[in-house]
Amino acid sequence: MIQKFLMGNEAIALGAIHAGVNLVAGYPGTPSTEVLETVAKQNDGSIYVEWSVNEKAALEVAAGASYAGARTLVTMKQVGLNVASDPLMSLAYVGVKGGMVILSADDPGPISSQTEQDTRHFAQFAKLPVFDPSSPEEAYEMIQDAFACSEKWGTPVLFRPTTRVCHGCASVPVREQYEKHEIEGFIKDTMRWVIFPRTSFLNHEKLEQRNPKLGEEFSAYRFNRLTGNGKKGICTSGISYAYTREALECGTEEAYKLLKVATAHPFPETLALQFLEGLDEVLCIEELDPVLEKELLCLCGKHHLKITIHGKLDGSVQAAGENTVESVKAVLKDYLGLHWEKACDPVTPELPVRPPVLCAGCPHRASFYAVKQAMKGRKAVFSGDIGCYTLGNAAPLDMVDTCLCMGADVTMAQGLHRAEPDTVNFSFIGDSTFFASGITGIINAVYNQTDIIVIILDNSTTAMTGHQPHPGTGVRMMEQTEEEAKGTPKEISSKISIEKLLQALDLTSVETIDPLHFSEAVEAVERAAELPGVKAVIFRSPCIAVARPQNPYQINGNCINCKKCIRELGCPAIVLENGMPVIEKSLCTGCSLCSQICPCDAITPTA
Amino acid sequence: MNNILLCGVGGQGTVLASKLIAFAAMEKGLQVRTAETIGMAQRGGSVVSHVRIGSEIHSPLLAKRTADVLIAFEPAEAVRCISYLKQNGTVIVNRKAVRPVTASLQGTYADGSEMLDYLQEQAESVTILDGEAICDACGSSKVLNIVLLAAAAQSGGLNITPEELKSAIRKRLPQQFHALNLRAVDMTLQSLAENNE
Repeated sequence: MIQKFLMGNEAIALGAIHAGVNLVAGYPGTPSTEVLETVAKQNDGSIYVEWSVNEKAALEVAAGASYAGARTLVTMKQVGLNVASDPLMSLAYVGVKGGMVILSADDPGPISSQTEQDTRHFAQFAKLPVFDPSSPEEAYEMIQDAFACSEKWGTPVLFRPTTRVCHGCASVPVREQYEKHEIEGFIKDTMRWVIFPRTSFLNHEKLEQRNPKLGEEFSAYRFNRLTGNGKKGICTSGISYAYTREALECGTEEAYKLLKVATAHPFPETLALQFLEGLDEVLCIEELDPVLEKELLCLCGKHHLKITIHGKLDGSVQAAGENTVESVKAVLKDYLGLHWEKACDPVTPELPVRPPVLCAGCPHRASFYAVKQAMKGRKAVFSGDIGCYTLGNAAPLDMVDTCLCMGADVTMAQGLHRAEPDTVNFSFIGDSTFFASGITGIINAVYNQTDIIVIILDNSTTAMTGHQPHPGTGVRMMEQTEEEAKGTPKEISSKISIEKLLQALDLTSVETIDPLHFSEAVEAVERAAELPGVKAVIFRSPCIAVARPQNPYQINGNCINCKKCIRELGCPAIVLENGMPVIEKSLCTGCSLCSQICPCDAITPTA
Repeated sequence: MNNILLCGVGGQGTVLASKLIAFAAMEKGLQVRTAETIGMAQRGGSVVSHVRIGSEIHSPLLAKRTADVLIAFEPAEAVRCISYLKQNGTVIVNRKAVRPVTASLQGTYADGSEMLDYLQEQAESVTILDGEAICDACGSSKVLNIVLLAAAAQSGGLNITPEELKSAIRKRLPQQFHALNLRAVDMTLQSLAENNE
């Protein structure tokens, strides 16, 4: 073993490599993204790694490989599992041959997500085992256990780290040598690999018989741990276990038993019964949903145990948001008499609110502003999507009226238009998102002849999650990492053209414009708004975080201090200094948008 | 045990700074745990990195009032995180305020002076750095994180010396950035020495 300083996601990736993974597929999503990227970087060439177009595709690619005996890892964030849930539910019945681990990273808070959904529920729903690591070190070991479990029981296995494990770094002991897994190959077996009502009935029975056995095995699992003694118990899991141990170091008035559950499903009942024995009360400290709490309540009912279970359901623990050492200390003070006093936070001067915003020079700002100008005085609704362009909601742009889930803008715009036909309905979607799930919505609009304008914000990358390639970039994950090592990434697979795809669908109009050419951009939107049917405007300009910046601009003596640049654009590079607008040269990328809207030619490039 | 909190605005380079501290500590044979803000907040939102050095540490997040050093890339962000600072803890703060778009629109948060005054009332040891001037002198606005780290190392609160920081820069950063970043360390130390004279 050697010590390596690794981010949780890197530890998981190394663990998967050391478990002999043959294929990794995924779709980017915070906090899961670095897992696949790390496998690609550490790949000796023997592992196939791909960014798939979406999570459903990724899971199916991996399932196919697992049927052939390959060990596979699928990576996504929790909401990605919703997209992949169709194959997941069926795959749970069919099972796999090569070990298959589906990583779905949960995001308590939520810090970068639409929901605080709990993947452990998905495990219960799909009747699959789930592993829940409490630290990067444990995650490295546990992902290997997950592969072993998957292969032993012939089932896909869920692995659900949370943000603080994914993005926490630690000194992790890792193995230096490992064995590769040989792929046996696909063996035809219709009863096994073809899902059919009759086989599903049989498989359902098998699942119900298997899970109690798995639960029994988990009662002896090395990362499910029972310690201590006393009449009070604490049941915890994941990162909350770390907070609990940290809090307990303050010392307590009363003795306690501590149960850590790394496998919420199938629940390790035997171990839990040992824990419950002799207890009067239990406090459950977990994030997201009260999964362990309900399992314990159920167990108490089943065995007629007169034990009070505290947690989220009785309000002892916060129902939503992430736990912290403080929040756990506060709960344990009441429960166990923790030797700790809550200090009052100092009263501070009024702090500026700092929501995330589009970067200085982001071409999306220009696109949103062009549409806003073109629609001035018109009744219009702007539907947005998941990605950097969600940030178009912020003042002063204020150009996102709805945002639901990935791809939903295209189809929601259609519903909004059917309900209110006198409205101009816009959908704003990114390039990666267009391929992930936007295209089906556009086909729906063409088929049903619903008048909408689709604005495709094509910055030629998956920007929000850290610049992953996608079908429109012509760069695949494996080549990208090879090329990165040599210098510049280059195109290797054929780029899928958004224009050609849309032309094939026979839209009323498809125009491609550089949004940083402001008046042309406005005119393109105005033209589209005059036409019936489905229209698309592709605003193409590279993400400013990867493009080379131009000379910064500056404000000259012509400035009449009308502040239009600040009021209209909200670019973080334009600030007020002594009441006058000034361009912060370290932030300005020279996009020139402000100079194009300045009414008195006061903004010019620096030499 | 050493607890360090780094805070700033997304894009200022806090993540790399916390990695360098962790790397330097590990080079000394110490155990490290960190937690980063990665995701949406990196687009100009408030970001925080927690760094904990020592054995037997469970939580990657610091508890309130336990930070030995608060390394703040921006005055208001320092104030936002002041409750993490322990008694007698050290604050290293960059003077320049980063005004969010909302503040520019509303004409609030004119500069960071009110925040800096507050920090000096609240904490015993506050070092205010003219990070922008040092960056200008180095010829790159990208070295602000190194400037703040150098000052923190010099304060003694990191348990990492400026020399150990330099060694981490040489080992951890790409070769072509060594000279620039090492110069940033030296110029920071020089600037601190001049201010003490």
